[in-house]
Amino acid sequence: MLELDQLVMDFSGFRAVNGCSFRVDEGSITGLIGPNGAGKTTLFNMIAGALQPTSGRIRFLGEDVTNLASHELFHKGLVRTFQIPHEFHKLTTLENLMMVPPAQPGESLFSNWFAWGRVKAAEAEVEKKAYETLAFLELSHVAHELAGNLSGGQKKLLELGRTMMTDAKLVLLDEPAAGVNRTLLRKLETKIEILNKERGYTFILIEHDMEMIEKLCDPVVCMAEGRVLIQGDFQTVRSNPQVLEAYLGETTGDAA
Amino acid sequence: MEYLGLLNYAIFMAIFIGIYALLALGLNIQWGFAGLFNAGIAGFFAVGAYTSAVLTTEYADGRIGGFEMPFFVGWIGAMLAAALVAWPIGKICLRFRSDYLAIASIGIAEIIRLVVKSEAVLTNGARGISGIPRPATEFPTLAQETAYLASQAAYLAIVVVVLVAAYVLVERQFNAPWGRMMRAIRDNEGAAKAMGKDVEFRRLQAFIFGSALMGLGGALFAHFNRSITPEAIDPMVATFLVWIMLILGGSGNNRGAILGAAVVWIIWSMSEIATDRLPTEYAIQAKYIRLFLIGLMLQLVLRFRPEGLLPEPLRGDRRAKRSGADHT
Repeated sequence: MLELDQLVMDFSGFRAVNGCSFRVDEGSITGLIGPNGAGKTTLFNMIAGALQPTSGRIRFLGEDVTNLASHELFHKGLVRTFQIPHEFHKLTTLENLMMVPPAQPGESLFSNWFAWGRVKAAEAEVEKKAYETLAFLELSHVAHELAGNLSGGQKKLLELGRTMMTDAKLVLLDEPAAGVNRTLLRKLETKIEILNKERGYTFILIEHDMEMIEKLCDPVVCMAEGRVLIQGDFQTVRSNPQVLEAYLGETTGDAA
Repeated sequence: MEYLGLLNYAIFMAIFIGIYALLALGLNIQWGFAGLFNAGIAGFFAVGAYTSAVLTTEYADGRIGGFEMPFFVGWIGAMLAAALVAWPIGKICLRFRSDYLAIASIGIAEIIRLVVKSEAVLTNGARGISGIPRPATEFPTLAQETAYLASQAAYLAIVVVVLVAAYVLVERQFNAPWGRMMRAIRDNEGAAKAMGKDVEFRRLQAFIFGSALMGLGGALFAHFNRSITPEAIDPMVATFLVWIMLILGGSGNNRGAILGAAVVWIIWSMSEIATDRLPTEYAIQAKYIRLFLIGLMLQLVLRFRPEGLLPEPLRGDRRAKRSGADHT
């Protein structure tokens, strides 16, 4: 579904991603792990179109999407969330969801003046879907709060909720569990599993919480210093000495 | 007839408030909703005023014109022309960060002013265009004094109708999904892009929409004055006064924009009356006090009520009736 081929990202001399290649199969939940500064989020930014890779290609659904902008990728079914929640803080929680669906009639100046009936009908549908999404995420009670006033964990859920308001095919989740308490975390895992099984979303998940990775992800890709260290199922990756070294800073000799 | 004079003055002032309110509404679309720092309002005002003047006046030697179209055709033409000028400007300048856009738009307004001054073929140069027809001026059955009053009142009525129509049309957009999308873009550009919104196109849309209203304001001004000269395109009164109106009234709030236009214009023209009563040697200096006064007012508003007299309502809040407009 997604193929990354030798992706490189230079930030004025600093090479954040250095020749990264792997592929993601449809229907999978791929875990992306690695120590801080391994280039995971930079990789996400390139896949989602927020950064243009210095070199390398990205193919999505058999099509070269390397140079497409984020809003264009969104319309192809590639949706991302942010590590630090990017909620629209002065919109209500409900509005945060309602703004997502693409090509709403009410986004056209012309329709708002001359086809108000159509706009209102579409709005009613979007609103219904937004309320359903809030119910699914158990956020209904804060529907009319400004999203800026939500707790950190609620904002994370809202990020996930926004991906549910469109016909996403591939969803990039950047540390969905960071700053989320245990109870909410287990809930979040369930939500991701349901979305994967019932709605057929493919996920790529950046996460430091190994419990979550173990539970959800297969395969797991471990990155270090801008490249893929190893790829495989959780046990293989976890028991790999290079991975231990990258995470713990131990040399292989010490570990032995 | 002191009473009649007072009434005349009030109507005169109300017409100006209406015209300025249109400019402030246009700016509210650009700044209040799309966060675009347009400091070249005077330019779009000029484009609108001159376009309508050329379209509606009689033939004159040495410049294009002689179309003698009805005034409303001129006004629609003014909006289209301002929109047309805004398009390439927006296409180029909206990529800049807001402070650079401000500088670029000041420059563009100056270029437009120079073109107006020097391209006599288009604009009759420094002498300007006169004889611009004004609707509803003939009241033959009335005595001269009342006929004048009637024509002023009739023009005021037209301005009010235009303003109300503009208000309704803009307010509709703000409350529609379009407005929600614009607020989202203003809140967090990156996230709006990630949610599939074409931010550059939407900004251009808001810029053109706002500029069209500014052009309409210019046209209304030209037809009220019956003439337009390059002096009217003064950035002080056609750009910065509008900014103060919007900020004082409450940016993001259409009613605030209109209220701001009223308050600032009343203070502005009242201060003129006051300074005119001073002895001549002080009167000229006192004119600058008026500018100072406006600046001071802006400082006070920004210090004590930065959200303006009427803050932006929490649009989309379905409980707005209960919690009122205050959301901060």
